Amino acid sequence: MTSASTNDIEFRSVAKRYGSVTAVSDINLAVPKGAFVALLGPSGCGKTTCLRMIGGFEQPSEGAVYIGGQPMNGVPAYRRPVNMVFQQYALFPHLDVERNVAYGLKQMRPRIATAEITRRAQEALEMVRLGGFGKRRIHEMSGGQQQRVALARAIVNKPKVLLLDEPLAALDKKLRTAMQIELQSLQRELGITFVLVTHDQEEALSMSDLVCVMSTGRIVQIGPPQEIYDRPASLFVADFVGKTNRIPATVEAGANSLRLANGVGLAKPANANGTVGTAMVALRPEAISLVRDGAATLQGTVTHRIFLGSSVEYSVEVDGLGDFLVTADRRSLNESDLAEPGERVGLSFDPNALHVFPA
Amino acid sequence: MQAAIKKRNLVTAALVAPAAAWLTVFLVLPFIAMLVFAFGERAPEGGYQAAFTFAQFANLPTRAAAFWNTLVLAPVGALLCLLVAYPVAYYLAVRANPRYRLILVSLVVVPFWTSLLVRTYAWMYILGSRGIPNLLAMIGIEDVRMLNTPGAVLLGIVYGYLPLMIMPIYVSLEKLDRRLLEASADLGARPVSTFFGVTLPLSLPGVMTGVALVTILLLGEYLIPQLLGGGKVFFIGNALVDLFLQSRNWPFGSAIAVTLVAVVVVVLMVAMRIAWKVAGTRQVDLV
Repeated sequence: MTSASTNDIEFRSVAKRYGSVTAVSDINLAVPKGAFVALLGPSGCGKTTCLRMIGGFEQPSEGAVYIGGQPMNGVPAYRRPVNMVFQQYALFPHLDVERNVAYGLKQMRPRIATAEITRRAQEALEMVRLGGFGKRRIHEMSGGQQQRVALARAIVNKPKVLLLDEPLAALDKKLRTAMQIELQSLQRELGITFVLVTHDQEEALSMSDLVCVMSTGRIVQIGPPQEIYDRPASLFVADFVGKTNRIPATVEAGANSLRLANGVGLAKPANANGTVGTAMVALRPEAISLVRDGAATLQGTVTHRIFLGSSVEYSVEVDGLGDFLVTADRRSLNESDLAEPGERVGLSFDPNALHVFPA
Repeated sequence: MQAAIKKRNLVTAALVAPAAAWLTVFLVLPFIAMLVFAFGERAPEGGYQAAFTFAQFANLPTRAAAFWNTLVLAPVGALLCLLVAYPVAYYLAVRANPRYRLILVSLVVVPFWTSLLVRTYAWMYILGSRGIPNLLAMIGIEDVRMLNTPGAVLLGIVYGYLPLMIMPIYVSLEKLDRRLLEASADLGARPVSTFFGVTLPLSLPGVMTGVALVTILLLGEYLIPQLLGGGKVFFIGNALVDLFLQSRNWPFGSAIAVTLVAVVVVVLMVAMRIAWKVAGTRQVDLV
C-alpha cells in the first residue's frame, strides 16, 4: 500500500451492508493526489455507494475510508474536505445562481466577508463560463447550464476531492461530449482529485486516467483506460467496456491448442496463461478484418451492414460460431467497396488479440 | 381549428357551470343582499328596512372589542398553531419511519372524526371550576380561573385547528428533495444551518398556506370563543349571532360582516405580497 500522503482517497477493506443486503464488500482502492478516477459499472454495482461513503452520506459497515490520509469514520459530510456534483444537480431552487454558488462559502467558519464571498462566487462562475448569470433563478437555466452551476458550487470551496455522481447523464449527446472535455480541462486547471461515478464506459475511458470497474459490489479491475480496454481482467470487463465477441472454446495443453467451438484450432495467445479446459474467448470487433479469401481462419456470411461514416459495422454469421460483430475501417476491403449482406467473407485476426477466460 | 377551440370552451363552461351556479346563488347573491342591508335601517319589529345611511358603519366602534379580539387572537392563535404544528409536520415528513408514516399522518386527522363542538365542550369541563382549577385547589393553589380567558380561547384554537396547520406544512416538507439536504451538508452546513438555509425556506409555501387557512377560518370563528370565552372573550362571529338572532338588527350585523370581509381581503393581499417576496416566485397560493 502506498503511503497516505500521496493518496487523496483510500478505501481499506471497506464493506457496506444494509440489513442483510451487501451493497459493496472488500473494497480496496487508492486514489493518488490529482488523479481523475472513474468508478464504472452497471447500475446496482455499488459505485454510487462508494461515492456516498467518500462524501459522508453513508458510513462503511466495515473498514475505513481515508481522505488525505485521515480516517473518516464517523466524520459527518459537513466536516469533510470534499464536495459533490449531484446527479440531477440538487441545486437550491429558492436561491439564485450566485447564491447557490456562494452557499458553501457562507458556511465557512471563521466567516468570510460578504464582498469576498461575492468575488469568489463570481470567480467560480467565470470558471464554468457562466459569468453574467449570477442573478438568474435556477429554473431559468437550461440543463447544461444547471450542470455548470452545480460544478461551480462544488469547486468554490476548493475541496481536496471533487465527487461527480453521473454528472452528464441528463445531458444530450453533443452537450455531453463538450462537457467531457470541459471537465477534463477544469480538473487540470484546479489540480484536484476527481472521482467520477458513471455507467457509461465511453465517458469513463475518455475522461479518467484511472478506471475502477465494479460489478456486484466488488472491484473487478483497476487500471488506466487503455489497459482496461486492451487487457480486460475478466469476461465481464471485456463485455462491459467496449463491444466484444464471445466465442466458446476449449484450451488444450500444447502449442496449437486453442480450439474454438466450431473445431477451428488456433495458436494459444500469449495471455492464455495456464488456462486449460473449457474457456470463453473474447475478441474485439475492431481486431477483425474482413477479407475476400477462402483460406482465412473463419468464414461467414454478412447479414447486416451499418454504415457509420468513418467505419462500417458488419454483422457476420460465422460458420459454426454464430453472430459476430466486425467494425471495419471503411477501406478495409477496397476503396469504396463494402461487403454486401449475403456475401461470403473471411475473418482474419491476430491470435494474440484473443482474450481467453476460463468459462 | 376554430371548431375545436369552441368545443373546448364549451367543455370548460360545462365543467365550471355547477360550481359557478352554486356560488352565485349561495355566495354572491347573499353577499349583495348583505351589502344592501348594511346601508339600511333596522325595522322597528326587527329585520331590515330600506334606507340609505352610514349609521351602521358609524356604529361599528360599539363592537370594537369583538373586532379587537378577532383581529388579535386569530393571527396569534394561527402563529401558536404554527409553532406547535411545524415540529410535528417535520417529524412526520422527515424523521418518521416511512413504513409508519401513513398511519401517523392519518392519526393527525382522527380528531376530525368527532365533532369540534363535543371536543370543545370537553375542554370547557377540563378548564372549568371542576376541572384543572379544582385539582390545583386540592394542592393549595386557590382561585385559578382558566375558563373564559383569552388563554382558554387560544388553547381551544390551537387544539381545534392543529390538523389544518400540520397538513399543508407536512405536504411541503414531504415534497422536499432529500438531496438538497445532502447538498447543503456537503457544502459544509451544519444541521441547524441546513434547516434555516434550506428546509425552512422551502417549506414556507406550506407554512404560508397553513397560516392563511387557519387565520381566515379563525376570523369567522364562533364556537370556541362562545364555549371557552364565555361572554368575556368574544369574536366577531359571536357578535353577529347576537345581532342577527337576538336583537334582530340585520343592518348592523351586515355592516359588521361586510367590514370583516373587507379586512380579510386586505390582510390576504398583504400576506400574498409577503409570501411572493419571501418565496421569490408567484407560485405560492394561499387559498
